[in-house]
Amino acid sequence: MTPPHVRATLGAAACLPLLLGAVACATDSEVEGSGGENGAIDVTASDDSCSLSRTDLDAGPNTFNVTNDGSRVTEFYVYAEGDRIMGEVENIGPGLSRKLVVDLPADGYEGACKPGMVGDGIRADIDVSGEPAKDLSDSAELKQAADSYERYVQSQTGALVEKTDDFVAAVKAGDVDKAKALFPVARTYWERIEPVAEKFGDLDPAVDEREPDVEPGSEFTGYHRIEKQLWVAGDTKGMGPIADQLQTDIDEIVRLAAESPLTALELAQGSKNLLDEVATGKITGEEDEFSHTDLWDFKANIEGSKAAIAAIRPVLEEQDPDLVALLDERTAALETELNQYQNADGTWKSYDELSKAQIKRLSDAVAAVSEPISQVAGVVSESV
Amino acid sequence: MGASDDDREGGAVAPTGIRRRTLFGAAGAGALAVGAGAGYLARGSADAAEHPVADPDAVPVDFAGEHQAGVTTPAQDRLHFAAFDVITDSRDDLVSLLQDWTDAARDMTAGNEVGKFGAVAGPPVVPPEDTGEALGLPASQLTLTIGFGRTLFAKDGKDRFGLADRRPEQLVDLPHFSGDRLEPAICGGDIAIQACANDPQVAVHAIRNLARIAFGRASVRYSQLGFGRTSSTSEAQVTPRNLFGFKDGTANIKLEDTDTVEDFVWARSGDGPTWMDGGTYLVTRKIAMRIETWDRESLEGQQGIIGRAKGSGGPMSGGDEFEPLDFAANSRDGEPMIGEQSHVRLAHPDFNGGAKLLRRGYNFVDGSDQLGRLAAGLFFICYQRDPREQFVRIQNNLAGLTADLMNEYIVHIGSGIFACPPGVGSTGYWGESLFT
Repeated sequence: MTPPHVRATLGAAACLPLLLGAVACATDSEVEGSGGENGAIDVTASDDSCSLSRTDLDAGPNTFNVTNDGSRVTEFYVYAEGDRIMGEVENIGPGLSRKLVVDLPADGYEGACKPGMVGDGIRADIDVSGEPAKDLSDSAELKQAADSYERYVQSQTGALVEKTDDFVAAVKAGDVDKAKALFPVARTYWERIEPVAEKFGDLDPAVDEREPDVEPGSEFTGYHRIEKQLWVAGDTKGMGPIADQLQTDIDEIVRLAAESPLTALELAQGSKNLLDEVATGKITGEEDEFSHTDLWDFKANIEGSKAAIAAIRPVLEEQDPDLVALLDERTAALETELNQYQNADGTWKSYDELSKAQIKRLSDAVAAVSEPISQVAGVVSESV
Repeated sequence: MGASDDDREGGAVAPTGIRRRTLFGAAGAGALAVGAGAGYLARGSADAAEHPVADPDAVPVDFAGEHQAGVTTPAQDRLHFAAFDVITDSRDDLVSLLQDWTDAARDMTAGNEVGKFGAVAGPPVVPPEDTGEALGLPASQLTLTIGFGRTLFAKDGKDRFGLADRRPEQLVDLPHFSGDRLEPAICGGDIAIQACANDPQVAVHAIRNLARIAFGRASVRYSQLGFGRTSSTSEAQVTPRNLFGFKDGTANIKLEDTDTVEDFVWARSGDGPTWMDGGTYLVTRKIAMRIETWDRESLEGQQGIIGRAKGSGGPMSGGDEFEPLDFAANSRDGEPMIGEQSHVRLAHPDFNGGAKLLRRGYNFVDGSDQLGRLAAGLFFICYQRDPREQFVRIQNNLAGLTADLMNEYIVHIGSGIFACPPGVGSTGYWGESLFT
């Protein structure tokens, strides 16, 4: 038997929930190709029927809410041509409901209920239509966001080169006190734009590798090699060539960064990566294990993440104001938590002076920002 | 919501013990799903025989009900227990957290993925809503049970959520018991969630996803994995053994004994604040066992300490496992066969003003310590109508080296007490009655 086809009335439901809590108003033609979700399809299975509330679906993830009104255990399948299984949900007892989400490209499919979990089942045709999503690079808004972030990167790389030069000069002059004071300052500019540097293969490790990560046979170089010498040995012995190399590597990264700016999607991912840096390296005190200047890096990572969000803010405000509000609130809470460890002269408390309870509170505050920030790339990709 | 609402006025407790026992007997141990499972079998038993469910774990335990699932539900094999600290001072955030948690709990206990798109059907550039490690696994009888700690009502004298005057009297600060060596980091918590399932991956997945949903609102204080349920909560279950090798939970409250359940487990109207009617009180204790020392104790010594025979589980006064304890029975030399300082005697209702507990503990092994000793023991969990009259009374009778002989081999290192609100329907949220 053929189940009744109930045609969806998209035009009537003018405002449709989109991803991530945003609400978008759309006409039929606009919905096409969004890959978006137009509400679940209710599937009612009985012992001798299988009815779907809609069978004309948009390409993309579709949710089927399958309810077994029959007396036998059933299952529901979505088949492509040749009975290729696109999705299935099994063992639905009488009276129970199960949810199935299937990502369906435009094509013809069949839905099948199988009372008693045997046989070919009771089938219904499903038509899926829609265009693939538009290219993100088409969006003027996203282009603007990327340009805005690029200006931020330029300002930071300028300062990075300058402060690293000062640091290198102090190291080569054997001025241990001055080098120690400049170490976290130079790194501040580095930590703000680290996702940019991470694009360039071997340069990032050469500059920022930690001692336990050094591969056998390769040399321990960069900021942390000099850090170790300054804080463990208390001198700059043998650091001349390391310092020169650091300066060369930084110059190279800055040059490459200028040549290939991040896309809007990359900067959205980058804002999350910066917080992941905090969660894995700074919150554990692993990053600056000799100097314990982790809180400098911590603050810089947050500032870099904020800058990325600021660049993309107009798009976020339009697509998901709730997410922006949540990010603002939680970022402010994180900064309040962190800023209590800043000294009057602008320097930061040594990581090893913090208690376990204080570190836990910082960790909670970072996680609180990281979860919503991990949604930003999704909003960006859905914005066109 | 499920097929069985009409079958389970008493939540997970069957209205008629006989009927449920018959069902269990007919369906075998594999079909111990209370709630949805039992309801389904009751309704369609003829059909079920014709089309048996391939995997009993595929039939979920009903989430909705008068009482929360996971209390009298036949104890599953695995535990992941988590205590949370609420890190927001906003009442709205707390309520929204409980709503989000309830939605996820409904999804997961039904064997579904969390969220609208679950683990793999969402947009590729966003992290999946569901973490995915339970994909392809059945519901596995997952139950999620929530409880509210004292600090949710007021912490350091501060009434963060306007709940201070709603704290039940029953939710006492547990007293210090002689011999306690409590580690603050594994004690207390504003909210506790007990995840029980027959598959450890399902239980871990549940707590992991709830913790993730909580980021920014609540933070995990500690969590504990457990295996090998150490008590049976149904007559249909065989009595398991604890890490001392003894049967544990022989005399536990069983869900089939509905009068005892009503008297000792569920808070009734008039007991305390009305928001707790149909709820229960949870006490947890992390009890480390001195395994290696115990293993050097003679069989006679071990049996004397417990008061039961190691093999059969029967009392030292004689008889098989379920033989009543005869505390008056003396051996030929005039000594009581169930010793004055034996664990079963001191824990027995006869020596505690009739008090009983519903126990749901689990064994744990957190690897080995730095001296190579098993870091193992019992994550003790009990539910009751009033902890003052039940857990506190019994533990006072047991605690201290001059009381229960077993105390030489155990040490309490973690502790928690929580008020578990009544169950929710198909639309409400955990603890709704506390906020309305």
